[in-house]
Amino acid sequence: MASTPLAARGAGAGSPRRSLRASSPRYGEKIIKGLLFTCAALAVAVTAAIVINLFVPTIEFFSEVPVVDFVTGTLWAPRIGEGAFGIWPLVMGTSYIVGVGLLISVPIGLLSAIYMSEYARPRVRRVIKPVLEVLEGIPTVAFGVFGLLFVTPFLQDLLPFLPWEGVFSLGVAGLLVGLLIVPLVASVSDDALRSVPAGLREGAYALGASKLRVTLRVAFPAAISGIIAAIVLGASRAVGETMIVLLVAGAGNPRIQWNPFAHGQAMTSYIAGVSTGDIPHSGLDYSTMFVVGALLFSLTLVMNMLAIRLVRRFREVYE
Amino acid sequence: MVTDEKKTLGVGGSRLAVAGARAATERMLTARSGTDRVVSGGFGALMFLALGLAVLTIVSLLCWAIVYGWPRFDANLVFGYPTTAFREETGFRPAIIGSLLVIAGVIVLIVPLGVGAATYLEEYADQSRWYNRVIELNVQNLAGVPSIVFGLLGVAYIVRGPLSLGFVALAGSLTLALLVLPTVILAAREAIRAVPQSIRQASLALGATQWQTIWRQVLPAARPGILTGVILAVARAFGEAAPLLLVGAVTFMQFDPTLTSRYTTLPVMVYDYATRAQEEFRVVAAAGVVVMLALVLLVNSVAVWLRNRYEQKW
Repeated sequence: MASTPLAARGAGAGSPRRSLRASSPRYGEKIIKGLLFTCAALAVAVTAAIVINLFVPTIEFFSEVPVVDFVTGTLWAPRIGEGAFGIWPLVMGTSYIVGVGLLISVPIGLLSAIYMSEYARPRVRRVIKPVLEVLEGIPTVAFGVFGLLFVTPFLQDLLPFLPWEGVFSLGVAGLLVGLLIVPLVASVSDDALRSVPAGLREGAYALGASKLRVTLRVAFPAAISGIIAAIVLGASRAVGETMIVLLVAGAGNPRIQWNPFAHGQAMTSYIAGVSTGDIPHSGLDYSTMFVVGALLFSLTLVMNMLAIRLVRRFREVYE
Repeated sequence: MVTDEKKTLGVGGSRLAVAGARAATERMLTARSGTDRVVSGGFGALMFLALGLAVLTIVSLLCWAIVYGWPRFDANLVFGYPTTAFREETGFRPAIIGSLLVIAGVIVLIVPLGVGAATYLEEYADQSRWYNRVIELNVQNLAGVPSIVFGLLGVAYIVRGPLSLGFVALAGSLTLALLVLPTVILAAREAIRAVPQSIRQASLALGATQWQTIWRQVLPAARPGILTGVILAVARAFGEAAPLLLVGAVTFMQFDPTLTSRYTTLPVMVYDYATRAQEEFRVVAAAGVVVMLALVLLVNSVAVWLRNRYEQKW
């Protein structure tokens, strides 16, 4: 900005007006910004790599195996004879895990969240939160070993009348996965309940409602989209869990069966099971890993996006 | 008027009136009818039961592992090599060294990349640009991808494919780093976001450039939060076994691994021992579980302590 001598003299304090722009082009700053952008863009690169990695073998797979067979088949035996590639046994295995897992984690997680946000004294809450964080940080291998070597035999002794089959059990795997995701469900639900404005609750109290009524009929419905997001996130985590399912439910032949106490294979344990044998370098066998992986990735992607959208809508309404 | 009532009732009388009013309000707000009270009590009991189950899980896991693995709490557990010949002396030594190597690699990778990405997203990115929104969306999605998918990525692109590192510890580090990177980015973003604008503005007002402000003011202020996030991510990476199974962690090796050799880690080896038929191996697996839990608990406690001690209230 050019300053005339007249303006300078007229400025009173005597200092000439300076331009607000930097005196040099600051190339270093631009380079640094570029470097940092590269770090951030890595996230996009990784997602792209995952997508390519999973879907290119999938396309090759479907050039050899008809999609109809895959989607409607009820036998998954890639290495036997001509190979059977029906996806339903694996999907059923995963569904059992998710179903039992949610059955365990939703009541426990929601009740814990309601207790922490509505009833607990601040001191109790300060103790419970770290305990739940510890539960979340336990390595899944530990859960798996615990399930295989203790929980399954224990339950088999405790309830011998149930239709157990051998040392592996889908149901027990689901139970442990459920316990694993309790902290996730509890913390997201807790956030949702705490975000409900105090005015809603206070209005209900002012009208004479009891504490239980306020909790169940005012706070809970107001936080419902956050709670659904918690459930969806928990389900997504359960779908992706590998080690517990591998150790407790077994890595053997997947099959369609309706007994939740027997062994079974899920999508995740199938992928891990294939790789602990000899990993072939190519061929249909190899591609099956990626096809199942692609299905897994798509499922969790859809669930996570749904949960993010629910949380965002919830935050918009109340903040 | 209150003062008139005080004069007529006296001090004791007005205290009685207040107590009476309080009791009446409390009775209004607590359970009214008999059923309401029963349901309230029942609900409370259910909640305690729920929390109790969660706590019981951790406690029973720990107790079982300690009791079952007790015979093997000796020096060989940590320093001995795995052996099938002398089953009572089999140990975890290559796995522990392998875990340390892999974790070191993970830390070296995630700190610059994670903090760099978080800095860009918080300080430089213009939200109205589409590419910045795409980056944010990707980070959020990656945080929820199952760990075994990262294993598939590793086996196809890091072990074979473009990077072709082979089944070595470095490949394992890279795979795990990609897995926990979104967590680090999210934690670092929170930490950087918590630094108040006044610090940045004061620095800029004194003539610093944007990078000088970030490097000398914002990042040091955000250091505790970033550190906590990194530690928690490392604890998570330490416990992961599924992606490493795909990326070549052998389950049974009898020599010390290096960064460029075949390798194994503690969770993978525990998995292997647990699936063997002989009793001694299972006992060792339980002892290994105790070691893992102790390490994870230690690391998490350090992170929580750091967070509580150095958390700054602006």
